[in-house]
Amino acid sequence: MFRVVRKREWHPTITELWVEAPWVAKKHRPGQFVIVRVDENGERVPLTVVDTDKEEGTICLVFQKVGKSTFHMGLLNPGDAFADVVGPLGRPTHIENFGTVVCVGGGVGVAPLYPIAKGMKEAGNKLISIIGARTKELLILEDKVKAISDELIVTTDDGSYGMHGFVTDALKQVLDRDEKVDMVVSIGPVIMMKFVAKTCEPYKVPLVVSLNSIMVDATGMCGACRVSIGGVTRFVCVDGPEFDGYQVDYDELMQRQQMYLDEEKRALEKFREEHPEAFQGVC
Amino acid sequence: MAGEKKPKKGLNLNRMEMPRQDPKERIKNFNEVALGYTPEMAIAEAERCLQCKKPVCIDGCPAEVKIPEFIKLITEGKFVEASRKIKETNALPAVCGRVCPQEEQCEVLCVLHKKGAPVAIGRLERFVADYEAEVGAIEVPELPPRTGKRVAVVGSGPAGLTVAADLALMGHEVVIFEALHKAGGVLVYGIPEFRLPKAIVQREVDYIEKLGVKVVCDVVIGKTFTVDDLLNEEGFDAVFLGVGAGLPWFMDIPGENLNGVYSANEFLTRNNLMKAYLFPEYDTPIKVGRKVAVVGGGNVAMDAVRTALRLGAEEAHIVYRRSRAEMPAREEEIENAEAEGVIFDLLVNPVEILGDEKGWVKGMKCIRMELGEPDESGRRRPVPIEGSEFVMDVDMVVMAIGTGANPLVPSTTPDMETNRRGYIVADPETCKTTKKGVFAGGDIIRGAATVILAVGDGKKAARAIDHYLKTGEW
Ligand SMILES: Cc1cc2nc3c(=O)[nH]c(=O)nc-3n(C[C@H](O)[C@H](O)[C@H](O)COP(=O)(O)OP(=O)(O)OC[C@H]3O[C@@H](n4cnc5c(N)ncnc54)[C@H](O)[C@@H]3O)c2cc1C
Ligand code: SF4
Ligand code: FES
Repeated sequence: MFRVVRKREWHPTITELWVEAPWVAKKHRPGQFVIVRVDENGERVPLTVVDTDKEEGTICLVFQKVGKSTFHMGLLNPGDAFADVVGPLGRPTHIENFGTVVCVGGGVGVAPLYPIAKGMKEAGNKLISIIGARTKELLILEDKVKAISDELIVTTDDGSYGMHGFVTDALKQVLDRDEKVDMVVSIGPVIMMKFVAKTCEPYKVPLVVSLNSIMVDATGMCGACRVSIGGVTRFVCVDGPEFDGYQVDYDELMQRQQMYLDEEKRALEKFREEHPEAFQGVC
Repeated sequence: MAGEKKPKKGLNLNRMEMPRQDPKERIKNFNEVALGYTPEMAIAEAERCLQCKKPVCIDGCPAEVKIPEFIKLITEGKFVEASRKIKETNALPAVCGRVCPQEEQCEVLCVLHKKGAPVAIGRLERFVADYEAEVGAIEVPELPPRTGKRVAVVGSGPAGLTVAADLALMGHEVVIFEALHKAGGVLVYGIPEFRLPKAIVQREVDYIEKLGVKVVCDVVIGKTFTVDDLLNEEGFDAVFLGVGAGLPWFMDIPGENLNGVYSANEFLTRNNLMKAYLFPEYDTPIKVGRKVAVVGGGNVAMDAVRTALRLGAEEAHIVYRRSRAEMPAREEEIENAEAEGVIFDLLVNPVEILGDEKGWVKGMKCIRMELGEPDESGRRRPVPIEGSEFVMDVDMVVMAIGTGANPLVPSTTPDMETNRRGYIVADPETCKTTKKGVFAGGDIIRGAATVILAVGDGKKAARAIDHYLKTGEW
């Protein structure tokens, strides 16, 4: 179970894996995620399901290598297996024909955004996609997103590709057009989502964001994932991961994501000494 | 103490103490605190039992363990047979011998209790179960012919493990579905190693697998499959829900989402299930403050506060809004905590957690309480003393104020009734829910309780499920 069947390296720090998990593949709906453990000593890591192949019984995971666990996962090759994959978890995205939907993804956030964008398109929406990255090499899934979008705008912070600027700059241009936007969906770094909310606010357009808090069990049993939504504590793993983008306390979420920075550094240094091969091409 | 009383002829009131690790040493490790009897100690203790004609002790045991019978076998040196005698009615003796509140169940009813020295039934149970495992004599009873019926058990806590074992012994095919990556429920994620070694839980799970039960981890019912999927698509004839009451409560006071505030479930799960005390050998990290406050007075609070000490906290406090007498934790655990140096701040209730500019806990504002009239639970209600607020100097807070029902299964099983508090409605005698073919037991039908009540439900449910499978009667 949970064998890797295909692998694609988007960048030395961004990896795509297709993993055998037939039950998850069968039940998965856009917006849902899985918890994986790389081996018996592994931590429980939440990853959004980017795509599924129901016939093959596989799911697609895309992750950025930032800490020990993700670098470790990056070492898995076809034939290797995860110790655990459990899901699909969280509530699926509410998808219907809203009219015109703008999907805004930043960094690896483009990966979890893809199935939602695809669902929106299939439901009959006009789909405008805005995807961005720091620089050209870090841009992922451009072709896949392009294939489902009525319009695609790509931005890079350094101007190395597409529009020079942030996704929020592109979003503002779209909102300023003479065309009604019925819904914005955004996934990316918390700071980006915070600014997407700021950008959207004057236009009073409904905004949905998908949050990536620290999790342990992801069944509602521990509260590690808790966030403040409109002043009320909610659990991202069972109440989310999607929430009204205007109600999220982004600053608190950013703080909570930093809780284990020291430990993460320590674990990563240890892993770097033991597995230098996992860091090839990474500066 | 007991020995100083003048015993009646033949009455031995010297209850045998059980050796424990020295408090100064044990707070530096996660090894089990209690060390268990030697065979000589066990025999000496067993010989105190009067072998009553009407053994009242059994009335206090939800698993109906044949107490005088197994104790008699100990006096004869037949330890393995004694263990098997217990297993006739309770599949989890090594666990129950450790965590059951015997002082409120069998031992409180023992006729020697009135004399101040009840037979140490729990310690004897623990001894024979460990003995059987040590000499490698764990044996699988002969299984009856297969009935061809299939039962899905959801959750692998004591309720689920028990119902699975009993149904397997009745010849049914049983599959346990567990959401986490390891079977055992609270026994693996909640109760710490120093009170219940995980190898012992694993031994019990292995035993149940040897009975032919299949344990499938990484399946969340309500997500991976619904209860209806199990009945309609996956070909199960009945479903038992033993999903526990794992949803952690918070106090709803300002500052609870600061870094450094944990639910007891998270703190204990990181440490027990994920083995964060072995970080970075294991990947999951845990924080421990210099000064830790654990809010609550139950077993969970004691486990959390003693874990904090072992992780290296300089000061570990229990903050409880009533007095020591009202604490729901087992007396033994409170004593263990006291011996280890836990500071008890009683009649104190938090009102706000204070944070620094980086969002970390830097103190906890509390108010002093006094006891008023008794409430519905019969315990005296704590009332705040006006103007008595003060700030506790702590840098970590663990909330151990209770847990509730997780809505995952009920919300995806629309034709099954739950009560006002979200627990599944089930017949107390048969564990039948309001949905045909679906049974429920353990914490999910009564709220957080005890291992042995979950075991008791598992036994009742197994009988009722067997009857249902044979007759189709609902
Ligand atoms: C820290 C702590 C200390 C305790 N100490 C004691 C003690 O000393 N003595 C005592 O008698 N009792 C004690 N208790 C209480 C006791 O552990 C519980 O009453 C008992 O475990 C309940 O058993 P259960 O089988 O109902 O559920 P649990 O043990 O809670 O097991 C439920 C299982 O179901 C799984 N599950 C939940 N939802 C799903 C789903 N949707 N799909 C699949 N699986 C699911 C969970 O992951 C879990 O593994 C303690 C509890 C805690 C938390
Ligand atoms: S009541 Fe006490 S003395 Fe009597 S049989 Fe039970 S354990 Fe033995
Ligand atoms: S991750 Fe434990 S409750 Fe959400």
